[in-house]
Amino acid sequence: MKELAAEMGLSAEEFARASAILGRTPNLTETGIFAAMWSEHCSYKSSKIWLKTLPTTGPRVICGPGENAGVVDIGDGDAVVFKIESHNHPSFIEPHQGAATGVGGILRDVFTMGARPIAMLDSLRFGSPDHPLTRHLVSGVVGGIGGYGNCVGVPTVGGECQFHPAYNGNILVNAMCVGLARADRIFYSTAAGPGNLVIYVGAKTGRDGIHGATMASAEFGGNAGDKRPTVQVGDPFTEKLLIEACLELMEGDAIVAIQDMGAAGLTSSSVEMAGKGKDSLGIALDLDRVPVRETGMSAYEIMLSESQERMLMILAPGSEAEARRVFDKWELDFAVIGEVTETGRLVLRIHGEIAADIPVGPLVGEAPLYERPWVRRASDPEIDPRSLPARDPFACLKRLLAAPDLASKRWIWEQYDHLVQGNTVKRPGGDAAVIRIGQTGKALALTTDSTPRYCRPDPVRGGMQAVAESWRNLTAVGALPLALTDCMNFGNPERPEIMGEFVGAIEGMRAACRALDYPVVSGNVSLYNETSGSAVLPTPVIGGVGLLDDVRRAVDLALKRDGDAVILIGDTSGHLGASLYLGEIEGREAGPPPPVDLAAERRNGDFVRGQIAGGQITACHDLGDGGLLVALAEMAMAGGRGVALDPQPCTLAPHAWWFGEDQARYLIEAAAADQILAAAAAVGVPARRIGIVIGDGAGAALTLPGAGAISIAELRAANEAWLPAYMAQS
Amino acid sequence: MQAAIIIFPGSNREQDVCQAWKLATGHEPLRIWHKDTSLPETDLIILPGGFAHGDYLRCGAIAAQAPIMREVKARAARGTPVLGICNGFQILTEAGMLPGALLPNRSLAFTCKDIHLRVENSQTIFTCGYSAGQTIRVPVAHHDGGYTADEGTLDRLEGEGRIAFRYCSPAGALTDDDNFNGSARAIAGIFNDTRTILGLMPHPEDATDPLLGGTDGRAFFDGLVGALQR
Repeated sequence: MKELAAEMGLSAEEFARASAILGRTPNLTETGIFAAMWSEHCSYKSSKIWLKTLPTTGPRVICGPGENAGVVDIGDGDAVVFKIESHNHPSFIEPHQGAATGVGGILRDVFTMGARPIAMLDSLRFGSPDHPLTRHLVSGVVGGIGGYGNCVGVPTVGGECQFHPAYNGNILVNAMCVGLARADRIFYSTAAGPGNLVIYVGAKTGRDGIHGATMASAEFGGNAGDKRPTVQVGDPFTEKLLIEACLELMEGDAIVAIQDMGAAGLTSSSVEMAGKGKDSLGIALDLDRVPVRETGMSAYEIMLSESQERMLMILAPGSEAEARRVFDKWELDFAVIGEVTETGRLVLRIHGEIAADIPVGPLVGEAPLYERPWVRRASDPEIDPRSLPARDPFACLKRLLAAPDLASKRWIWEQYDHLVQGNTVKRPGGDAAVIRIGQTGKALALTTDSTPRYCRPDPVRGGMQAVAESWRNLTAVGALPLALTDCMNFGNPERPEIMGEFVGAIEGMRAACRALDYPVVSGNVSLYNETSGSAVLPTPVIGGVGLLDDVRRAVDLALKRDGDAVILIGDTSGHLGASLYLGEIEGREAGPPPPVDLAAERRNGDFVRGQIAGGQITACHDLGDGGLLVALAEMAMAGGRGVALDPQPCTLAPHAWWFGEDQARYLIEAAAADQILAAAAAVGVPARRIGIVIGDGAGAALTLPGAGAISIAELRAANEAWLPAYMAQS
Repeated sequence: MQAAIIIFPGSNREQDVCQAWKLATGHEPLRIWHKDTSLPETDLIILPGGFAHGDYLRCGAIAAQAPIMREVKARAARGTPVLGICNGFQILTEAGMLPGALLPNRSLAFTCKDIHLRVENSQTIFTCGYSAGQTIRVPVAHHDGGYTADEGTLDRLEGEGRIAFRYCSPAGALTDDDNFNGSARAIAGIFNDTRTILGLMPHPEDATDPLLGGTDGRAFFDGLVGALQR
C-alpha cells in the first residue's frame, strides 16, 4: 500500500501520518482519499502559510477565501460573487476539453453560492508562437472555452493572451467567473443537521478524471500525453440545466449546504462539507446509490472520479419532494446517497461493506503544511536607455503593435459570445469589460492582469504591479475597485528559487492590496507548472472587480472628438528594464521591472476616477505594455482618430519617453484640458498635455514633429493581422 | 399586447429578447415551458436564441420535437405570428415551419460581432419599422448560421419577397466578406409564405439600448408591436 500511496502522490511521511490517524494501514479507498485531500491542489500545503498573509477583509467583503467563491457587497441588497481558477495541466494534455471543463468548474463555484453567473474572463498563456504545439493549443483552448461558455449562455467579456517560450511545456489557462446574488441569499458549504439527507445531483459518475487533483499537483515528464485519461470531458448542456435547477431550488429554503464536485470529486466535496461543520459532524454515504455511468465501479473509483457537472447538497428536513420536483423538471439525475451523522467520521459503504471510515477532523485539520525553503533571486542591473540605439519611434510602434503580446486578440474574443444576457456595456478589447447590473443603473467592471516578464526578474515588484495594473484598469473605465481574486501559477515549490518567486509575489501583492484597499476574496494556487525541470514564468494572475454607481459614466479608450486634448497623468522616468520594447525591438530580456510607487498609484488613480465621475473625461486608457506611444495608438485605433503629438517635452532618450513602462500612468482625452490640469496640480498629480485629437477616416494619423506621420489604418492593419495570419498557417 | 416565449432546456437568450420586448411594450412575455401542451392566446410567439438540448444531434432538431411545438404549429397555422431568433430560426427550419437549413459557419467557428443587414422587404409586420434597402447594424452570435436551401427554394423565396434580411457591408453592398457565415445568397432571415413567421440568425434584441452599443434593433420591435396593434 505504501508504494501505491507514493504513486498517488503521498510521501512516505504523509502515508505514516494517515496510518497514525486511522490507527491502522489505510485501505485502497482510504489511501486515495488521503492522497487527494492532501494533494497540493486540495490542501494548499506549500502555499497556505503565505496566502494567509494577504489582506482578505474590508467593509464590503461578505465572504473571503475558503468558500467556493468570494462575496462582496455592491449595495442595494446585491452582492457580486467571483473566483478565478486554473486548468493548466488538463489544458496542455487535451486543450479543448481541458479548457472547457475549466470553464465549467469555475461556473459551478459561483452558482453554488446562489449567484447567477453574469460574466466570464480568461487569462491565457501559451508557449512561443514558433513552438510546434502552440497553434494547436491556442485553437483547442479557445474552442473549448467558447464551446462551453457560449452554450451555457454566460458572456465571456474579457481576459488576456500572451506568449513566451517558458510556457512551451506548460500553458496556463485561468478562468474567472462573476455572478450576481442577493446579499442575504448566499449559500455556503458547511454541513449541518444530523439526519439531514445528502443529495447527489447532475451528471452520472464515470471513470473519467480519476486522480486529476494529484495530476495537477505533479510536474510533467516528457510524456504528458500519457496522462490524457485523467482529463475529464465537459457537457455544457448539463451544466446549463444544473445552473437553472440549482438557482430555482435556491429560491426556497430546501438547501442547507451545497458544494460542487470539482477536483477530487465526491471525496473533496463530502469531506469539505463535513469538515466545515461542527467537530462532531460526520457524513455517511452509500456508494451503491451514486448514479454511475459504468458498471462495476469500485468505491475508490466512485470517490475519486472527476466526472463533470455534479453537485452535492444537504437538504433541510422535509425538502426532498421539492428538490425532486425541480430536478425532475430539468431532467437531472437526483439521488439520496447518504446522511449527515454525529460520528465525526466519513463512512462509506458499498455492497453492504464498509469501504472507508476516516475521522473528518484529522483528515482536514492534520493535512500537512509545509514551510518550504526559499531563496530570493539577485536583482538584475538597471538598463540605461542611453545605452540603446536611437530608432524611428513610429517604425518601432508598428512592430510592437504586431508583436504577439500586443497584437489584437479579436480572433479569440469574436469566438466567444460576449453579448448574451444583454448587459454588456463595454466589450472585450478595452482596459476592463463593463457589465451593467440589470436596470439598477449600476455596473461592474472586470479585468484579469499579470505581467510575468516582470515577475521573473523581481517577483515582489511583479506581484505588486499585477495588483496595481488590475486596480488601474478598473479605474480607467471609471469604476471603484472593490476586491480581487488571484490565480497563482508557479513551478515546483520544492525548488527554493521557485518558492522564492511565490513568496516574493505574495509580498508584493500584499503591499499593493493594502495600499489600494483592494482585498483578496478568493483564489487558486497552481504549482508544479514545469516540464522536465523547466518552470513557467511566475504568473500571479489578478482578477479584479470594480463598481460603477452610474453606468452612463463608464468610459472606454476610444478617442471621441477632434480638438480634444490628450493628457498624460503620472510621472515618466523612461524605465525600459523588462519592457516590451527591450524584448521585441532589442531582442533582450533583461533588467529589473519598473518600480511601483503605491502612493502615486493611489493618488493618480483616485484623481482619474474622480474626473471620470465628474464627466470631464471622454476617453481613458491605462499605460502598460509598450508605454506611452502604444497606449496612444490603441486609443487612436479604437476611435479611428488621429493625434497631433506635441514634441517630446523632456530630455529622456526618445525610446525611453515613448516606450518606457513607468507605472501609475493614464492617458485621458478631455475637452476642458486647462481645467483638468489645474485640478491635477491642486492635488499634486503630475499631468501634462501631450497632443490634440485631429482627423478621422482614411486620413487619420499620428503625427510627431521631427518623426513624420503614420496612418491609423496602417497601425490597425498591423495590429489586427498577426493572430489571424498565425492561426491560418498549418 | 402579449407575447409568449417558449423556453427550452438550453435556451439562453430569453432574457435579451424579454428585455427588448419590455422596452417596446412595457411588459415581459409569458414564459412557456417546452413540455407544456397548451399555449395561452397571445399576439406573438417567440422562440429565443440559445442551445436547446445542447444542440446535440443537430441544432434545433430535438427542440423541434418538443410537446409545445405541436401547439406552436397549430397556432401559427391559424395566423399567430412566430418569431424565431438564432436557435429559434434553427428550430423553425427543423420543425418544417420555414424552408431550408442552417449549416456551420464557413469559418467553422462561433462568431460574435456586429454585422450589417440590408432590409429586403419592409412590407411585413416584422420589418415595417424599416424601409426597404435600409442598412442596420446588429450583432450575431452563432456557430451554425449558414443558410442553405435548394436552388428552387431560394428562387422562390427571392421571387415571393420572402427574404427578410441579407448580410451586407455598412453601405449596403453584398460582398463575399460581409457574408461572413457563407449563407446562400447572403440570407440572414426569411419569412414563411404568409409573412407571419420570421426566422433570422442575427440578434436585433441585443441592439435596443444605446448603452449596449447600438439601437438599430429598436425599430424592429417598435415596428412589430405597432403592426400587431393595428
